[in-house]
Amino acid sequence: MSGSDTSGRQETAAPAIELQGISKAFGPVQANKDISIRVMPGTIHGIIGENGAGKSTLMSILYGFYKADKGEIFIAGKKTDIPDSQAAIAAGIGMVFQHFKLVENFTVLENIILGAEDGGLLTPSLAKARKTLLELEHEYGLNVDPDAVIEELGVGMQQRVEILKALYRQADILILDEPTGVLTPAEADQLFRILDRLREEGKTIILITHKLREIMEATDTVSVMRRGEMTATVKTKDTSPAELAELMVGRKVLLRVDKKPAVPGDVVLDIKDLHVVDDKGVERLKGIDLQVRAGEIVGIAGVAGNGQSELLEVLGGYADATGEIRVNGQPLDLSGKHSDGRSRRARGIAHVPEDRQREGLIMDFSAWENTAFGYHRDQDYQSGVLLNNAAIRADTEAKMERFDVRPPNPGLAAKNFSGGNQQKIVLAREIERNPDLLLVGQPTRGVDIGAIEFIHQQIVALRDKGKAVLLVSVELEEILALADRVAVMFDGHIMGERMSAETDEKELGLLMAGVGN
Amino acid sequence: MDFLTLIQLLDSTVRLATPLLLACLAGLFSERAGIFDIGLEGKMLAAAFFSAAIAALTGSVWIGLLAGITASMLFSLLHGLASITFRGNQLISGVAINFLAAGLTVLIAQDWFSQGGRTPSLMGGARFEPITLPFAEAFGSVPFIGPIYQELISGHSILVYLAFAMVPLTWWILFRTRFGLRLRAVGENPAAVDTAGVSVVGLRYAAVMICGVLCGIAGAYLSTALQAGFVKDMSAGRGFIALAALIFAKWRPWYALYATLLFGLFGALETRPDVIEALFGIKVQGALLGALPYVMTVIILAGFVGKAIPPRAGGEPYVKER
Repeated sequence: MSGSDTSGRQETAAPAIELQGISKAFGPVQANKDISIRVMPGTIHGIIGENGAGKSTLMSILYGFYKADKGEIFIAGKKTDIPDSQAAIAAGIGMVFQHFKLVENFTVLENIILGAEDGGLLTPSLAKARKTLLELEHEYGLNVDPDAVIEELGVGMQQRVEILKALYRQADILILDEPTGVLTPAEADQLFRILDRLREEGKTIILITHKLREIMEATDTVSVMRRGEMTATVKTKDTSPAELAELMVGRKVLLRVDKKPAVPGDVVLDIKDLHVVDDKGVERLKGIDLQVRAGEIVGIAGVAGNGQSELLEVLGGYADATGEIRVNGQPLDLSGKHSDGRSRRARGIAHVPEDRQREGLIMDFSAWENTAFGYHRDQDYQSGVLLNNAAIRADTEAKMERFDVRPPNPGLAAKNFSGGNQQKIVLAREIERNPDLLLVGQPTRGVDIGAIEFIHQQIVALRDKGKAVLLVSVELEEILALADRVAVMFDGHIMGERMSAETDEKELGLLMAGVGN
Repeated sequence: MDFLTLIQLLDSTVRLATPLLLACLAGLFSERAGIFDIGLEGKMLAAAFFSAAIAALTGSVWIGLLAGITASMLFSLLHGLASITFRGNQLISGVAINFLAAGLTVLIAQDWFSQGGRTPSLMGGARFEPITLPFAEAFGSVPFIGPIYQELISGHSILVYLAFAMVPLTWWILFRTRFGLRLRAVGENPAAVDTAGVSVVGLRYAAVMICGVLCGIAGAYLSTALQAGFVKDMSAGRGFIALAALIFAKWRPWYALYATLLFGLFGALETRPDVIEALFGIKVQGALLGALPYVMTVIILAGFVGKAIPPRAGGEPYVKER
């Protein structure tokens, strides 16, 4: 049996959920090994572990997506079989997936009744659901417009719809899988307030995450998973982030980025009065002025959607803009017609895009093919008119070695690597070209803690070589840890710049909310 | 152009639009559920043959209709197996069905009837006869409204009325019933349906089978109402025009009616070059009119006339993830 530190008082009520000896293998891979866990009613129980530790598999078993090879599930003290999602819903389990399972062009109400309609006709079902929904919204302080179409809602609102969906199905147990992965800090705070409220109303909540801070802030107890095993279950107040990190990774982890003070040199990137109008005619950048010097990391903080993505797109060469951008003193062509990633790379700009699965990699292509992208015209990769596949493979293998990509197999398709290793493949491709300016968007989104440490080290190492780095991240923690200077974006403007050593989350948070100096 | 010519033209439009409308609605059910169906053509052809053949053999058009629907549903089942159960490529499966139907119908027709890949001409009870609506004769003499009622609205086969009745019915099923909500959802995001505890596979099969029924009726109409018997390749691209109409209609039932009527009108004009000449004073090649539905679809797809957004999960087999 895995270690359990929940010593002392034993609660009298039956656990809301009890898993006994759950095991699940996918072929040779043992995703869950003899997992046992007790979750008390009316508590928030965190499950933390790196990507691939088996958290999602465990929850999928609980939600009827997979059948466990071995083990038993007890809900409220009663042995329960969960062969499919329907059984899970019937047992009072609601799941909020990391990637929302909403029909985007349906209204909130339609999404909520989907699969839980009252009869063959929609009109009475919708009317009843409207009434119930308003009651639920009132009871839990979850305000959503029932007639809003999902795709017009922000991610925070969409998540509320998912929670309401579960509550509408009378879930007593709510499982949230990486719920803050897509949220801004403010939205995450709101979510945790909602979870608190749900707990007060007697709901049991399982929070799956790889973010230590969330565990420390939100949970009552926490279980740690590593490589398919439950390594510990502890009271949150009796533990520390450092201890949890060590339990997760299996070794001591540096939670802070270890870096020397920056020694900024000449201006590498000089942006003057940059404007961008998107294809709907909305002005997304409203006059940006920004400089990044050699040997410094400038972080762009801000709530997602305030123009950071557009800034990266312009710099990356795939969006139109007006204004002026100079790199090493020479102006960049800002019309999308003449610029592209290739022309930018020729100017010494490398780009690690925000969405690695859409813009950074082709998921069905192998690691070596992905490594060649953008640099496939490189002399080293050529052999007459053909690509020198052997050379690319060898180069990829070397890069994978240096960036500790696991498994170090250049022939494996990108989709078969974990998020952190995918990111390392992209980083290796871009950083190893030794660019003068590195653009990095959300470098550690969906990346586990061991890989975060490594990725941060690589970015700092590039800076220490005297290169300029422009970092965009919605994780304030990351910005503060990594950047030497922070610029906060709000509504297409730079609200202010701070040296990261001289500021804190509170001050930046105010700037992010558009509250000026 | 006089009034009577116009009525004749519209009458012919209705006749030609009917198989398009049925096939278009068939495709609508399937594609709304996320299963692209390029095999409408093949299913119509198979249904056309089996309806005519069985009607010829039994002398009953109703048994023929049933046989046509059954044949079409079997092809639907094949498409379902390939694209839902075995998660194959929906386009390839559809193309295969088209080839299969084109070859199979002629082969069996030759074997059964030895008339060069045709069925015998259908007569009497082996054909759907026009229905004369009540008072059609009496109203006929009333100016304006009379001819419209007598010539245009009355005097079609039962399948024509059925096809037009399918439009509001389809709308009602899609937007007013639980089944419709789930059907639309499974074409947009099957994972949402799956996690809500509803069977994605079941819904998609249901949609594909409805598609089979409607294609079957469309095919039967071709050989037992519009024509009197089956001839080789008689669907003549109607399945593809129906697909074009579906895109043109942006996957909506009422728009499907308008789109197929428009395309039906092109078909009617194709047979009456004199009308165009009288109207515009120019000669237009019939083939040009025949191409018009495709040209218009390309224009729609290029985004000139609003955007046609297909169901988001269309064409993608659903694989349960984690």
